[in-house]
Amino acid sequence: MSKTEIEGRVWVLLDGRGALIEDIDTDQIFHNAYLHLTDIKQMGPYALGNLEGWKDFPAKAKPGDILVAGRNFGAGSSRQQAVDCFMALGLAAILAPSFGAIYFRNAVNSGLPVLRSRALEGIVREGKLVSGDKIKVDGLSGRAEIAGRAVTFEVVPMSRVQADILAAGNLFLFGRMLQKSGRP
Amino acid sequence: MGQTILEKIIQAHTADEVRPGAIVWLDLDIRSARDFGGPNVVKHYEREYGGLPPDPQRTFFTFDLCAPACSLKYADNQQLCRNFARKHGLTVFDVDRGVGSHVFIEEGLAVANSTVVGTDSHMNILGAVGSFGQGMGDVDIAFAFRTGRTWFEVPPTVKVVIKWRPGPSATAKDLTLFVLRELGTSALANKAVEFSGPAVRDLTLAGRITLCSMVTEMAGIIGFVPEHGPALQEEVRALSGRPYQPFQADLDAVYDSVIELEASGLGPQIAEPPSPTQVKEVAALKGLPIDSGFIGSCTNGRTEDFVAAARILKGRRVKPGVMLKVVPATRRVYEELLGQGILRALFEAGAIIINPGCGGCAEGHAGLTGKGEVQVSTGNRNFPGKQGQGATYLASPEVVAASSVLGAIAGPEDVP
Ligand code: SF4
Repeated sequence: MSKTEIEGRVWVLLDGRGALIEDIDTDQIFHNAYLHLTDIKQMGPYALGNLEGWKDFPAKAKPGDILVAGRNFGAGSSRQQAVDCFMALGLAAILAPSFGAIYFRNAVNSGLPVLRSRALEGIVREGKLVSGDKIKVDGLSGRAEIAGRAVTFEVVPMSRVQADILAAGNLFLFGRMLQKSGRP
Repeated sequence: MGQTILEKIIQAHTADEVRPGAIVWLDLDIRSARDFGGPNVVKHYEREYGGLPPDPQRTFFTFDLCAPACSLKYADNQQLCRNFARKHGLTVFDVDRGVGSHVFIEEGLAVANSTVVGTDSHMNILGAVGSFGQGMGDVDIAFAFRTGRTWFEVPPTVKVVIKWRPGPSATAKDLTLFVLRELGTSALANKAVEFSGPAVRDLTLAGRITLCSMVTEMAGIIGFVPEHGPALQEEVRALSGRPYQPFQADLDAVYDSVIELEASGLGPQIAEPPSPTQVKEVAALKGLPIDSGFIGSCTNGRTEDFVAAARILKGRRVKPGVMLKVVPATRRVYEELLGQGILRALFEAGAIIINPGCGGCAEGHAGLTGKGEVQVSTGNRNFPGKQGQGATYLASPEVVAASSVLGAIAGPEDVP
């Protein structure tokens, strides 16, 4: 399986009323009290540590799981830790209708698959996607399906750069490949 | 096909085709890291590359979040960056200088039509002087230190026309909060914006900084205010020592959408926690007791902001039991305030005068809020936990000053 094909069990970030949580900012993802941590291996236990209702996420999540969040996920600061903490947990991908611009770049550059899908709001509202479901996403074609439910939806296909960085591992490794090939 | 302002700046910094949605390789004129993010930039850089960053004249550190360091971790982090900078002869705008993005304007480094990146999500404040500033993470910045470029997806541009001429009781901050109330975090998400119309045409540089800084809270990429008169041109030239000749959009530039806002009769505005978009009239919250006030941050830390506060505080007293913290954005602002007697007026009114930087906005050197504390702040964010455990309300310097005198949320006209 190539890195742009992703399969895993989802966690749908819902609030107390059962709606997708929107505008989750980087402080809620990785609180600034732990910003001094620089070793990525130590960051997992703090993922979503400041998000009401989800503070136990690190204990529940397993490597290979996929996070589904509401629009504007990762708003706010430029802190890389808000990406790294999910890498530390071994998440396979994050899906959201939209992301904070800096957060999206940070995730791409670190090699964490992030995918945008407007369709999520509808299928979550209609109860077609709930925590524990297994989904399969092809990041290049943009096709996604929910296992056992005969439900498909679309994600914005990864850009060439995003797929290339993902294939290389991260921005640094991608940069080295470019250098070898004489670009950019 | 015509181009918008951002498209023109990007085009001047890339050989690739520029159109919304395209990904280009963007040349970066200024690359920087601050005391937050900086240590990881250094670690990435040394692990991945090592040696001297190829463009030392265009590579900087700015220490502003915690200045001087008030915790061991910040002290260590700053020293790590300092040592790296010394080793390679890079310039550090150290803990004495103030908010990095503002220092870049004052130093003539962030000029119109330039590209500037740093580990600061409010680097897009530089749109106020026509520069494409962008906050980025530490991986991006370490890559930029080495290569001087990065990949960038050209965002679509939205035009926001604000019809209204500022009356005496509405400030640039009130206008900014009004735009946040109207547009929330959706309309401009991942887009560039050009503000125009009578409400913004006459904004001073400080007012433009206030508006552009909060494009981040609107989830936008960057904001520009292209219309300006000779007064602004002179103001920018006097401050930065560089001429001000920003690109203008082509007449046939293509916009994602044009949004018209009608802001007549706008009065003082205030954003309730937990979100900068939760904006109300100050009158609606009038009388809510406060514990502290804060005037400063990259959003309202210019000389003009403190002069406005001093107009209310001069000859009056901060209500006993309320603490008012004053943090100029930069050393240069501090000096101007000293020269004009503004700091004395604020001091005599009971304010705590703190050295320049971000303190009071982030968890930095101006202290934190405690559980149950109610703070009125001129900053740009009131997310839970950002300045401590208290509740932060966002407003103009005038509203913070008036509220501090009365010990409760109030507008300037409420002060007897
Ligand atoms: S004043 Fe606050 S928002 Fe502005 S750069 Fe400093 S920490 Fe960031």
